[in-house]
Order: sequence, then C-alpha cells, then structure tokens
Amino acid sequence: MIHVKNISKSFSGVEILKDISFVFEKGKTNLIIGKSGSGKSVLTKCIVGLLEPDIGDVFYDDIKFSSLKSKDKKKVRKQIGMLFQGSALFDSLTVEENVAFPLRMFTKMTEEEIIDRVNFCLNRVNILNKNTLYPSEISGGMQKRVAIARAISMKPKYLFCDEPNSGLDPVTAIVIDELIQEITKEYQMTTIVITHDMNSVLEIGENILFIDGGVKKWEGNKEEILDVKVKELYDFVYVSKFLAKDEKIVKKKASFEAFKFLY
Amino acid sequence: MIRNLGKYMFMLYHIFFKPEKFSVYWRRFIDEVVQLGVKSLFIVSLMSAFMGAVLVIQTATAIESAWIPDYTVGFTIKQSMLLEFCPTIISLILAGKVGSNIASELGTMRVTEQIDALEVMGVNSIGYLVGPKILAALFIFPIVIMYSMFFGFFGGGLVCYFTEIIPVKQYILGIRYFSEDNFVFIRYALTKTIVFAFIITSISSYYGYYLKGGALEVGKASTNAVVYSSIFILFANYILTQLMLI
Repeated sequence: MIHVKNISKSFSGVEILKDISFVFEKGKTNLIIGKSGSGKSVLTKCIVGLLEPDIGDVFYDDIKFSSLKSKDKKKVRKQIGMLFQGSALFDSLTVEENVAFPLRMFTKMTEEEIIDRVNFCLNRVNILNKNTLYPSEISGGMQKRVAIARAISMKPKYLFCDEPNSGLDPVTAIVIDELIQEITKEYQMTTIVITHDMNSVLEIGENILFIDGGVKKWEGNKEEILDVKVKELYDFVYVSKFLAKDEKIVKKKASFEAFKFLY
Repeated sequence: MIRNLGKYMFMLYHIFFKPEKFSVYWRRFIDEVVQLGVKSLFIVSLMSAFMGAVLVIQTATAIESAWIPDYTVGFTIKQSMLLEFCPTIISLILAGKVGSNIASELGTMRVTEQIDALEVMGVNSIGYLVGPKILAALFIFPIVIMYSMFFGFFGGGLVCYFTEIIPVKQYILGIRYFSEDNFVFIRYALTKTIVFAFIITSISSYYGYYLKGGALEVGKASTNAVVYSSIFILFANYILTQLMLI
C-alpha cells in the first residue's frame, strides 16, 4: 500500500499539485487519470522521490518515505519497479542485459541464476528469443514488455507505469494492460498506472484517482466512473461527441466489451 | 553562473559516493576506456603522424642555413610535439570527439528518461554514468598522448626517410638532443593531459547530465560541451605552463 497525504508541489510559484491525498491499495491496479498537464506525472515523481513535495508525506506501507535519508530512500527504491512512458531501456545494453541490470547491480546472484531469472521474466511478458537484440532493434510494444520484465525482475512490491499505452496500437495496448493486471495479481503488488486512455481505465481501473488542474476531483473504480457527476471527469470520460450521443447505451451496458466496441 | 558552478560541484561530489557494486562499475570503467581512449587511437595517430611530417618539412624549409645544423629540425619537432602539439592540440581534438560524444550520450539518456530509470532503481546515476567516464579519461588520455608523441616523431621520421629533406640520423639525433630535459617535458605534458582529461569529461558530462528539453537541446548541449571544454583547456594550458615551465 502507498499512502500520499496532503501533497502540494509548486514550480516557480505555480502550484502544480494542491493538497492531494489518496491510498493506493495493494494487489490492485491503481490508476491516476487526468488530462495532459493535470499533474499526474508530477504526482508520480513525488511518490517515487524524483521530486520532493513542498508539503505532504508519502508512506510506503508504514515507512514515511518523504522524510527518509537518501541512503534509506535507496533501500525503498529497490522495491520499486517502474515502466516509463518511452520504456527508458538502456540503449547500449541488449534486451537481456537490460533485464539483468538491477539483478547485477543489487543482488549477489550468480551469473547462471541471473540468466535464469532474466529468461523467466522475459517469458512472462512473452518475449522469446530476443535476448541478444538491442532496444532499437525491437518494436515499441516489445520495448514496453521488456521494460515490464526489467521492472519485475527484482520482484518489486510496488510497480509504477507511466502511460504504458502511449504510442501503441489498440491491440498491443490491451495486451500491455492485461499483462500489468495479471502481474499485479500474481505478485500482489501495489501497482500505480498513469493514463489518460479510457480503454485502460475501463479495463484495469480497480482504484482510480482523477486529477484536474492539480486537484483531486474524484476517486472510485471502473464501475462507478460511468455514472460520475463531477463535470471535469464527465467531460474527460465522454470527451468524444460520438460517445456523448450514445451515453445512454454506454451507461446501460456499462461493460468494457461494449465500450471497447464503441471506441 | 554561481548556480551552474554549484550544480557542477554537486555532480563532482556525487562521483565519490560508494559504488552500489564494484564489479558493475569496473565493467563500465573498462567500457569507457575503450570508448573514450581506444576508439580515439586511430584518429590521434593519423593526425599526429601527418602533423609530425608537416612540421619537419616546414621547419627544415624555414631554417635552411649552413650555420644551423640539421639536427635542429629534430630538436624543434621534439619540443613542439612534447610541449604543445600532443598534450594541447590533441586534447582539443579529443574535446571535440569525446566531449560531444559524452554530452550527447548523457543528454539523450536524460531526454529518454534512462537517467530517471536509474534513479528510481536506487542507482547513484552520477556515480554510475559520470564517474567511470572521468576515471577512464584520467587513465587512458595520458596513454593516448604518449601514443600521439610516438606517431608524431614517426611521421617526421618517415618524411626524412622518403624525401631526404634532412638525414634520418640527424633527425633522430635532434630528437635525442638535451635528453636530460625530456623527463621534465614529458612530466609537464602528462600533467597537462590529466588536467585536460578531467576538464573534457567533467564539463561534457555536466552539460549532458543536466540537460532539459528535447532533441534540439541535445545538440546545443553537445556544442556547449565542446566550446566550454576548449576554452577551459586553453585557460588551464596557460596557467600550467606558467606554473611548470617558468
């Protein structure tokens, strides 16, 4: 579980996050949704410690992360896996070396054990026989899956995914979403996904935080989101005129399959 | 400017943090030795050989006189190569080749969130990315410069052999002339090289590591790295010469 309490963050006097509190639950895919520029990525960077919040605290289970010393923060970070928007695989390393990187850096595993673990993780994300290729030699969808394999290689307790579907076709996007959800259940991780893709919201949104203009406007789950009364979220969900026209149908069925079809 | 200096010092301070795993850093150090040094050997040897050859022709032509012995050409080449051409000019060339390479590599890693990925994993990204580059340069650049000295003399020797502009024996005699001073000159050249290696790698790393923006800024960072490295090399060259040779 990750608990953020009253987080605020400003840049050059402009308040990006305003008093945000939320509990990201263990074993669930927790979503942070909102328009571009709403503060989703800043909130995530505050949670993982890439940015220091001006006010507020972040708790990883019972550990108050925001007040830890740099050395202790590193210990917590070793339990974090992160999938970046652009995959962030190391260009100079092969697929295998990328996945093995955290294992080589932080564990005392033998080379044989590392290779076994790497192959296990790559198999888990359905990447087969690509070990010796470089990131530039594989497709965007594969890069995302390799990044997931790297993120789970250390068996993390917390998984962060920053817009995992960006730049992917709808079919690959669904595969990535399903993979994230499966892995979350399998390893009982606290997973946080930042997205503005409604398909993802309706497929994997078990616990959703909606941010608009740096303010928490709504929280709930994928079933509740279609009946939402908050104007900003309503606009976000029913952004397409087509969807707005057929809102009744969507509400009636309220199932992912129907929504995916309409989309 | 003070802010930039502070960030630069902050970067240097983080290099000295204890590595997460020594063997991983060692492997990276070896990779950097190859990347920064070994891969520069071809261009360095080519330039040095041609520069030595040209210097021989120019010097021999300029001091053609019955009153000046032929070995003076060799002696002049030695002084030029040891004192200035190899440590300073080759370092300026390396600032262009290696400096832009470092700045664009780190800048691209910043833009594509690879540095953030290292930080989230709990890796000291400065220590892991910048530290091995600086140490590798401090180790390999003096070797590259000695290599350059050898090829400079060799290039000059080849010209003497093929054109007979001066006898090869006279050329070698000139190079060996006042050999008791050679140690001082080589120490001076290598000291300069070590300082220049630090300047090139640290300034280029600074511009790459702290890059903000996108692809356009990567290009700008690369240019800034070369320009500022070159300026500081020239400045340090003057200071060191004043301190060590006078």
